[in-house]
Amino acid sequence: MCHEHLITSKQLSRADIEQVLDRAAEIAADPDAVAGRHVGTLLGLLFFEPSTRTKMSFETAMKRLGGDVVDMGSIESSSVTKGESLADTVRVIEGYADALVLRHPKQGSATMASEFVDVPLVNAGDGAGHHPTQTLLDLYTIRESAGLDDLTIGIMGDLKYGRTVHSLAYALTNFDAQQHFISPESLRLPREVVYDLHQEGASVREHDGLEAVLPSLDVLYVTRIQRERFPDENEYQQVAGEYQIDAADLEAANDDLTVMHPLPRVDEIAPDVDETSHAAYFEQAHNGVPVRMALLDLLIGGSQ
Amino acid sequence: MSADHELRVSKIRNGTVIDHVHGGQALNVLTILGIDGSEGEEVSVGINVPSDRLARKDIVKVEGRELSQDEVDVLSLIAPDATINIVREYDVVEKHRVERPAVVDGVLSCPNPNCITTDSEPVTSTFDVLDDGVRCAYCETIVREDIADLIDG
Repeated sequence: MCHEHLITSKQLSRADIEQVLDRAAEIAADPDAVAGRHVGTLLGLLFFEPSTRTKMSFETAMKRLGGDVVDMGSIESSSVTKGESLADTVRVIEGYADALVLRHPKQGSATMASEFVDVPLVNAGDGAGHHPTQTLLDLYTIRESAGLDDLTIGIMGDLKYGRTVHSLAYALTNFDAQQHFISPESLRLPREVVYDLHQEGASVREHDGLEAVLPSLDVLYVTRIQRERFPDENEYQQVAGEYQIDAADLEAANDDLTVMHPLPRVDEIAPDVDETSHAAYFEQAHNGVPVRMALLDLLIGGSQ
Repeated sequence: MSADHELRVSKIRNGTVIDHVHGGQALNVLTILGIDGSEGEEVSVGINVPSDRLARKDIVKVEGRELSQDEVDVLSLIAPDATINIVREYDVVEKHRVERPAVVDGVLSCPNPNCITTDSEPVTSTFDVLDDGVRCAYCETIVREDIADLIDG
């Protein structure tokens, strides 16, 4: 990794991705080997939005590397309530920590914040924009289950606001992947993302429903249809059921299909899928720790 | 341009004539140049005057000011066919077409209300210029139509 910051998966080459995933695999195989590698290192966690998995997995990753975290806490208890700018906040916390992890509701926040700090900054989600570390753990999970080349993947749900979807789609352009995007019309991929995917020569195939493409998929990546995004409840009700899967639906799928979800899920994947061999979403969440350990090690580990 | 059309706006002695601006964009040109008359600038504007090349065009004449290349670059976003004439002692001493820059800084506001640049942050808006629009360097929103509406007033 030659990058100072990780803002978007667009900046990652295939070699960058493979370096992180290979390192993550080494760490997963022998976590004790890196247990004291970053003693004394402090990671600053700046979460301006609620988060469970991402925040806790970064915290776990840093601690498993022997380091520790400083956490700005809830927004309500921070100086944000006094009107402090994000630029000022990151400049202050930069003085406390060796690297920063930022989640913020505004798109472009990580890009802007990175302009104000010299320590490595990792984007842990900027509004509907990007979530590159989620993508790295997604790719790790996909590589483990289906491989990354000659891959046919269906990405279903809220493609418009789903930052995990955007980041994953960009990263997959590094690989020989056929991407099928399944969503209601109102939640199609943003035109910016489609523009970029076309620029990269990726095939962008959009579908209203899963049925026609399901048998051809190696991976089905499901995201939550966000009811609150719809201007009209009736409009949501018309499409919601179309984007839920249960074990019976998956009988039409390839036996080796891997079903993924960045979590949290609500009702888009029925609990009976959990018991099938297709379910990979909990393993996917667990993979966040070794992948973030690998990333932190590569970003802040050069001088260790 | 015929002499008849030229008479619609007076000649200038020293300054810049921005010609072949698409009809209706002249006031946006003034906004980009930061000209609102408050500093006593002498400006002549023709709107929707007949043109052989554009059918209808706007023309802006600014007395006593020669545009910088940066200003001309930004003008290209809303007036891609404009010609810039630098006038000294009533003679056109330079004439060139505008060229689109790769990036424009601090001129346009992002239309995405969820973009960090719309908050009270110490950041200058930056847009990459595409073949057919502009793109916010922060939130990546692409704007293809009504770019003039994004000009900081």
